[in-house]
Parts: sequence; structure tokens; C-alpha cells
Amino acid sequence: MIWNEEMECMGSEDLKNIQSERLRQIVDYVYNNCQAYKNKLNACGISPRKIKTICDINKLPFTTKEDLRDAYPFGLFSTASKNITEIHVSSGTTGNPTVVGYTKEDLELWSEVMARVLALSGAEPKDKIQIAYGYGLFTGGLGFHYGSLKMGLTIIPASSGQTKRQLKMMHDFKPRILACTPSYCLYMAEEAREMKLDLKKSSWEIGIFGAEPWSESMRKEIESTWDMLATDVYGLSEIIGPGVAQECQHKKGLHIFSDVFYPEVINPKTAKPVRDGEDGELVITTLTKQGLALLRYRTRDIVSIKYQRCRCGRTSPRISKIRGRTDDMIIIRGINVFPSQIEHVLLGIEGTKPHYQLVVDRKAGELDELEVLVEVEEKIFSDEVKALRNLEEKIRKEIESTLGIFVKVKLVEPRFIERSEGKAKRVIDKRII
Amino acid sequence: MKITQISVFLENRKGRLYGVCSLLGKNRINIRALTIAETQDFGILRMVVDKPEETLKILKKSGFVVHLTDIVAVEVEDKPGGLAGILKILFDNNLNVEYVYGFLEKFSDNALLVMRFEEPDRAIEILKKKKIRVVGKEEITDL
Repeated sequence: MIWNEEMECMGSEDLKNIQSERLRQIVDYVYNNCQAYKNKLNACGISPRKIKTICDINKLPFTTKEDLRDAYPFGLFSTASKNITEIHVSSGTTGNPTVVGYTKEDLELWSEVMARVLALSGAEPKDKIQIAYGYGLFTGGLGFHYGSLKMGLTIIPASSGQTKRQLKMMHDFKPRILACTPSYCLYMAEEAREMKLDLKKSSWEIGIFGAEPWSESMRKEIESTWDMLATDVYGLSEIIGPGVAQECQHKKGLHIFSDVFYPEVINPKTAKPVRDGEDGELVITTLTKQGLALLRYRTRDIVSIKYQRCRCGRTSPRISKIRGRTDDMIIIRGINVFPSQIEHVLLGIEGTKPHYQLVVDRKAGELDELEVLVEVEEKIFSDEVKALRNLEEKIRKEIESTLGIFVKVKLVEPRFIERSEGKAKRVIDKRII
Repeated sequence: MKITQISVFLENRKGRLYGVCSLLGKNRINIRALTIAETQDFGILRMVVDKPEETLKILKKSGFVVHLTDIVAVEVEDKPGGLAGILKILFDNNLNVEYVYGFLEKFSDNALLVMRFEEPDRAIEILKKKKIRVVGKEEITDL
């Protein structure tokens, strides 16, 4: 089914008209309700009156993650925080997380776009869905929850982890839909084999996988292992959480809901639009949001975009799978990690800023592992094993509480970490995805 | 009466200990006592050498992380119960030994041990009071 046929199958002229109307309104709205945006627009000499159609969007300045950081926690909200119904956070690049706020209307929008996501994947009202994304500050769990409520699914709010219990619920309750990270789905397969479950007889027919990069070969592995359809969902908390784009059953790109999240693809260096179909950085303007409305937000995700009508009948543009990042962010078990966060933690311990390196690995059938290598400096070295052990433990705990994921910390000799042109290589990603 | 021990951080990799020892050999530095505390990922090489200041300089220059610690070199009767006798004195005086290891050579008929204390000065004082021989820096150099 198509959840919102009117919006998702609209002709391009009508869609442009709606986008133009909404852009005028949102620019006017943030200008009048968010001091930070007012200053930003004034600084660029842009008055809301200059924005007449969607083609004027390139007159607007970009918004970046640094803008969110500088405005921590609520400075970019376009409404007083008392009007915010729900708050979520995701990783920031340094000490503070990125904070996003939803008004009641924003939650309604989230439910709407997530219902579209579910319908795109092939879900039908009255299906059962097992939501194995984390519930809580992370947007994954609750985003799927709201969309499922809206569509009228039977929800199993399993949250992440407790794999044996997940599999038992699948076996006993027989949900047709599974929502989790793709690596967790493969991890569950390993566990299921150990439990001697017949994977081909699983009740899951459709998987909605996202929150981390994954490849076509991973898709094939999931589909053949579980005998299910594996679809890709895209989103980021700054825009709404999951619910920005989703594949239909033809799996030829992710339909982006451009009536509410207007996409542009630009060359990250020149900031000029790339030609259709070329790779570039995805930039999104939230056309109707009220809490955190963002103009031309630089997602730092590399995609390409195409505008042809899809065989499923939808006219919404489609973005490719995420092909990379313009920054050094890595995603581990669905959690965004910036090397700068680790740097920040290390700086806070003993006042030292040692060289460090992040090694990410995913052994066959296992979840991502993050190992933090820290070069031992004289200042922190001691003749006693317990002192070094305590140090490792302290670093590990601090990083874990900052990132919210398990890590391994390993002390290494100075200059162990390779320097290239004086700059250390911060991330080694050994994952084959 | 304290003696300088040099500790070196070593990763648990092939050839790391050799790296330190060959460097000392080339510079004609003699190791008098040595032990390695190892964990899964790393080890701490602790040693007493004849020329500690020089050793420190050489190791640092080669990029090793080095730490200096005051330790106490104690003579122990080379017979059953010899070490126990000394540990009893320490225990009776509420002195905790962080770790112990032996010298490669003997100074006399007695065995010579390296002992690491939180409070080395107090340890020396107590041991001396009990007529236990504590060996000094110069003697070690001449070993």
C-alpha cells in the first residue's frame, strides 16, 4: 500500500508548488521565532521576503552540526522549550550531545513519515512488528513505535539486545516485520543457529534496517539467511530520526519524503549542486517542522539522487544508499561516534592528550567492536601493573559513558600509531560490509 | 640506600624485549636484576642496571616510555625460611611489599632481592634496625 498517495505520487509541478509554499512559511517561521536563525539570515542579508519559490532555496545559508553545538541545548529551537513534547539526543562532536526537540505537531509528522516508511517496506495494517532498535534517547525505537501506532500495527517494543529473548518472541509471537540494525539481524542469525532454530521458517518476512551503513552483499546475506525481504531506512535525529527516506519493495533507491524534507545534493567542497545522479553531500531542509526546524542542514552523508518515477508508482525522489561521510564520523552498532569525542575524554583524564586510534572490527556473525588504542606517555606510565590497569579502566568507563557503547581500551607504545604527514590516522575500519 | 629501578612499557609483541636489551648491550650497560610483569596486552619491564642515568637517556632517546622508581635491595639468607624471616619483619611493622624479584648475581653467600615499597625509607629504617643488610647504589654498580 501507499500510505499517503496524494503526497507520495504527486506530479512534479504540484509538488514544487507545495514545496515553495512551505519553504516561504518555514523561512518566515524560523526568522520570527528563532533568534539564532534571525541573526544568521540577517548576516547573509536574506530577508524572508526574498524567498518566493523552492528555487530560491540556494540563497539560504547552510546549517551545520557546529551550529547545533554552539546553540546547545535549545538555541536553535524555533519554539519555547515549554512547547516541546519530547526530547532526543544523539552524539555531538565534542562534550555535548546534539539535542533535538519535537512539538506535538512534530510527533504527528514523525508518525506520518514513519507510517509511510512501513508501507514502503510492504507492511500492512494489523501486521505485527518487532522493534529491536533501542528505545530511549536514541530515535530508532520510538520513531518506529509512533509510525506503527499510526498505521495500526501490533507492536512488540522489544528494544535492542537480549538476543535469546528476541528470538523467542519471534518464534512465539510470529511478527511479520522486524526493525533493527542490519548487523544485529545477522548477529541474531548466529544465535538462532546455536539455539537450533530453523532460520528459513522464521516469521519475519520483511526487515527494515538502518542506522548504520550496509552493502548489497549484506542485504543478500540477510535475505538468504532468513528468507526475508531486507529494506533500507534512512534518517538522522537532527531532521526527525528514522523516517527521512525508505526503500520500496523494488529496492531501487530510498524514497525521500520531499514534501516535508526537501533534499539537495551538493559538492561538499564548493557547496554547489552536483548534476543529477552524481555523488555529493545530502542537504535537507525541514519544510514543516516546528520544534527544531532546520534550513539546508548539511547531513555529511554522501548520496546520489534521482527524480524519475518509480515502478511502485511513487514520484518522490530517491536517494542511493549512503556511500560515505564527509567527516570522520563512524557508526558502531547504530551509534554515531566522532573521534573528537574520544579526544575530549582523553583530554579530561590526567590532563593529557595522548595519541589514540580507533579500530573498528566486525568478526563474522558478531557485532561491531570498537577498540581504542592509547599511546602511553611518561606522565601516565608507572612501574605498577595495577596503576596502568586502573588507567585503562578509567578511560574505558569514561568513553563508555560518553558514547553509550562498550569499548576495549588498549595501551600501546609511543609512536605505535602511524602518522601520516604529522597527522595520525585516527580511525581504522576493518569491517567488511 | 635506595636504588633506582628503571621500568619500560612494552607492548605484547615479538621483539620488544630484544629491542631494549640489544640497545643496552650496544651501549655497554649491564643488567643486574630484571623482571617482567605481563598482562594480556602489555608488559612492564623492570630492571636494575649499572648505569641508570645513562640508561634512562638512551631509552628515552629511542622513544621508549620509561619510569624511575626507588626500590630497596635486601640481602636474604640463602636457606629455607630466609625470605619468610624478612617478610615477617615487614608484616609485623605493617609494611606492604608491592613486588619482589631477585638479582642475577650474588653479593655474598646471601641472595639479593629487589623489593618495592610504598614507603621505601621507612622500610630501610625498619630492616636496618633488625640487622638486615640493605645494599646501596655503589655496591650494585660494582657487582
